[in-house]
Amino acid sequence: MPASIASAIAANRFGLGARPGELALIGGESHEWLRAQLRAPAPALSAPGLRSSAQILAQALELRRESRAQRKVQSAASPPAPENAVQRLPQYLRPIYTLEVTARLQHAVSTERPFLERLTQFWANHFAISIDKLFIAGLAGSFEREAIRPHVLGHFSDMLLAVETHPAMQLYLDNYLSVGPHSPAAQRRVRREKPRIGINENLAREILELHTLGVGGGYTQQDVTTFAEVISGWSIAGEGGRSGGGDPGRFLFRAELHEPGSKVMLGRRYTQEGFAQGVAVLGDLAAHPATAHFVATKLTRHFIADEPPPQAVARLADAFTRTGGHLPSVYAALVDAREAWLEPLAKYKSPADYVVSCFRGLSVPVEADRVALTPFEVLGQRTWQPGSPAGWPDRSADWDGASALLKRIRWADAVGARLGNRRDALQLAPQLLGANLSAATGEAVMHASSAAQALTLLLASPEFMRR
Amino acid sequence: MERREFLRRGALLAGGTLLSTSVAFAHADTHSSRFVLVILRGALDGLASVPPLADPDYAELRRELALHPAGEAGGALPLNGFFGLHPALGFLHDCYGARELVVLHALASPYRERSHFDGQDVLENGTPRPHALQTGWLNRALAAAPVRGAREAGVSVGQNVPLVMRGPASVTSWSPSKLVALDEETLARVSDLYAGDALLASRLADALAADALASGEGAEAAMTMPQEAAPGAKGKARYTDVVRAAAAFLRPEEGPKVAVFDTSGWDTHANEGSAQGQLAGRLAELDAGLSMLRQELGPVWKDTAVLLLTEFGRTAAINGTHGTDHGTATAAFLLGGAVAGGRVIVDWPGLSRRALYQGRDLAPTLDVRSVLKGILAEHLTVPSRALELEVFPDSAGARALRGLTRT
Repeated sequence: MPASIASAIAANRFGLGARPGELALIGGESHEWLRAQLRAPAPALSAPGLRSSAQILAQALELRRESRAQRKVQSAASPPAPENAVQRLPQYLRPIYTLEVTARLQHAVSTERPFLERLTQFWANHFAISIDKLFIAGLAGSFEREAIRPHVLGHFSDMLLAVETHPAMQLYLDNYLSVGPHSPAAQRRVRREKPRIGINENLAREILELHTLGVGGGYTQQDVTTFAEVISGWSIAGEGGRSGGGDPGRFLFRAELHEPGSKVMLGRRYTQEGFAQGVAVLGDLAAHPATAHFVATKLTRHFIADEPPPQAVARLADAFTRTGGHLPSVYAALVDAREAWLEPLAKYKSPADYVVSCFRGLSVPVEADRVALTPFEVLGQRTWQPGSPAGWPDRSADWDGASALLKRIRWADAVGARLGNRRDALQLAPQLLGANLSAATGEAVMHASSAAQALTLLLASPEFMRR
Repeated sequence: MERREFLRRGALLAGGTLLSTSVAFAHADTHSSRFVLVILRGALDGLASVPPLADPDYAELRRELALHPAGEAGGALPLNGFFGLHPALGFLHDCYGARELVVLHALASPYRERSHFDGQDVLENGTPRPHALQTGWLNRALAAAPVRGAREAGVSVGQNVPLVMRGPASVTSWSPSKLVALDEETLARVSDLYAGDALLASRLADALAADALASGEGAEAAMTMPQEAAPGAKGKARYTDVVRAAAAFLRPEEGPKVAVFDTSGWDTHANEGSAQGQLAGRLAELDAGLSMLRQELGPVWKDTAVLLLTEFGRTAAINGTHGTDHGTATAAFLLGGAVAGGRVIVDWPGLSRRALYQGRDLAPTLDVRSVLKGILAEHLTVPSRALELEVFPDSAGARALRGLTRT
């Protein structure tokens, strides 16, 4: 494979889309350019105004408590609650979302380690949470900063534990409410003849199905139920008006909600008490061969092809198992996979890929307001809203719908109209597409009837739709 | 006038995103029959939607979420003495009274695990196994049905096409857009650029065809909001507006005859509610959308069958957080002027511990493919041979359920 095609693959498939000058910088050193991005520690994402999940959530819980109290007072005094009392929580959470998304986008557009950032986004999508749940709008960004980013160049097991003990995941998949049927709290209620409380198996199931073993990973319904008991009591301080101390908004293990006793799961007995039991199970799940295979398959699908070549999957899974889930070793196997370098445009860009690659290619400044978020929404991929814990899908057929394509073209045309006079499409075309630039696209850009149209044609070209 | 209304709706739709709903359409030249498939993603609680009020185990399993009998305040709406209908489903209940609704219960796809995503895959791919095919049964049925000469077999409101509608029959998608159309010259140049790219060339052609269908004459139409949809809950307006757009595509004689919507938000693990609450809100929204669909379809309602399906049901007993976890069999609804309704079709397995599937879920006694075969054969005149071979491979055990529609 010529070096020029390799650099286009490195920048556009492994990275987030070439910025002007990036292909020249990579030159003949595509593998090394990618590997170098994995060496230094992953940087923290910082921007003025970003706060921790605990701070955000503590304030949100307080606001909710106030508005509930207010509603009670008002309904007692009979005039209907004014709109603003109900709206305070969304009004508090929405600006946090905007701030987080723009910080993330600014970083994606400007980073010189785009492979690392794509990996970060891959993991955030693997452990997807969705802003369909109100509180998640305020927590999705800090969740990614706290549970994903610090571990992208670390071990899978550490990321897994950070994710499952993060308040955002506890909230998103309902586990903070889950109560062991023989826990002290449940037994107390039985004695007082109050409505029973008990297990919620949502998080336990999705950890097995979506985060670790995968749906064919060999677990049973009984394993799901047992696992839910194992992680009963994993909760959030200050949520639900329950006692138990802790700092509001932080993860809290509540012993009084935890199902006591040893448990058998996936054929293994866990005799640990309390929180340690769940940690032990997560550790075993992280080290399970099914997890290695599942993670390797998803990475291969994302970076190599919709139908992952089995041999590449096997090599990644092997690297995962051999190194105890040391992620940079898995990424190295990905970069080394021969299959990754065979097909220059193997993947159809998701809407987010498309928008970010436009921003990078045209050096579009990311404004710190909602304007920058609009294209993601218009093109069908609002950040952190995949709508389900499975995350965004990752195959061409999921994104290449007719209407979706026409929208992309129209959006490209709007970008062309706005920036056509300030960007030289003819000069940019080889810088963004490198060896993938087709003769047809080159001709079309050259003979365009205006600078704006030239830019539209570049962004609408078949090779820019793919990576 | 229809076109004008349609454009207005398009403008309205552009205001919201279609993240929770999408619609797909296709032609099937089956005289005047219309078919609408609504996929309820997230696993609808069949025991809450169609409570078996007279089952001796129902109240104990459902505890504080159990619905009261018909006639009591907040009670279920009466169906046949044994089953009731959730009180939020007023329109569906009217349909039942008008013999335009069939309620199906204890129904399941061949899928027996509890993953939403594999469950939806099986529901849509039409085989007994997840990921066995990359195409959907509805598309394959359209490919097998006598198709009229039009190049476009369909269109999708929603940017992309759901699996059930992917496949050999040419299907497109349509979604409302605020984005400005390209000038003709630029569009022609983009089309030229796609000449060597089969996928993009066909997608672009499909999109432009759907767009033409959607705009037609009356491009000067006033971009105002329909009154009913203007105030109130944003999510509701969004959903009902998608329904309106679907109706506008289906209504004309020359338009598409098959549509697919999907809705989400049925995954009620916690605080599901009873006569009121989370699920009641979603059901009311669904019910209102269906009512609007009938209204908007106007004269073609009499030719229409609307099928509501979900990937699986929920646990028979409530869980520890006033909700329900993933289960197996559930309820489904078939409504419309073309439906031979006023019936509950069920072979009720009971809710005793022994009767429950794996001791926890409503046991399936009806295969969803039997229902689909019956509708496709009788309402859309898909040849039986194609149904057995191509549309539902490995489905010999699921015999067509006949007589669901008036033919």
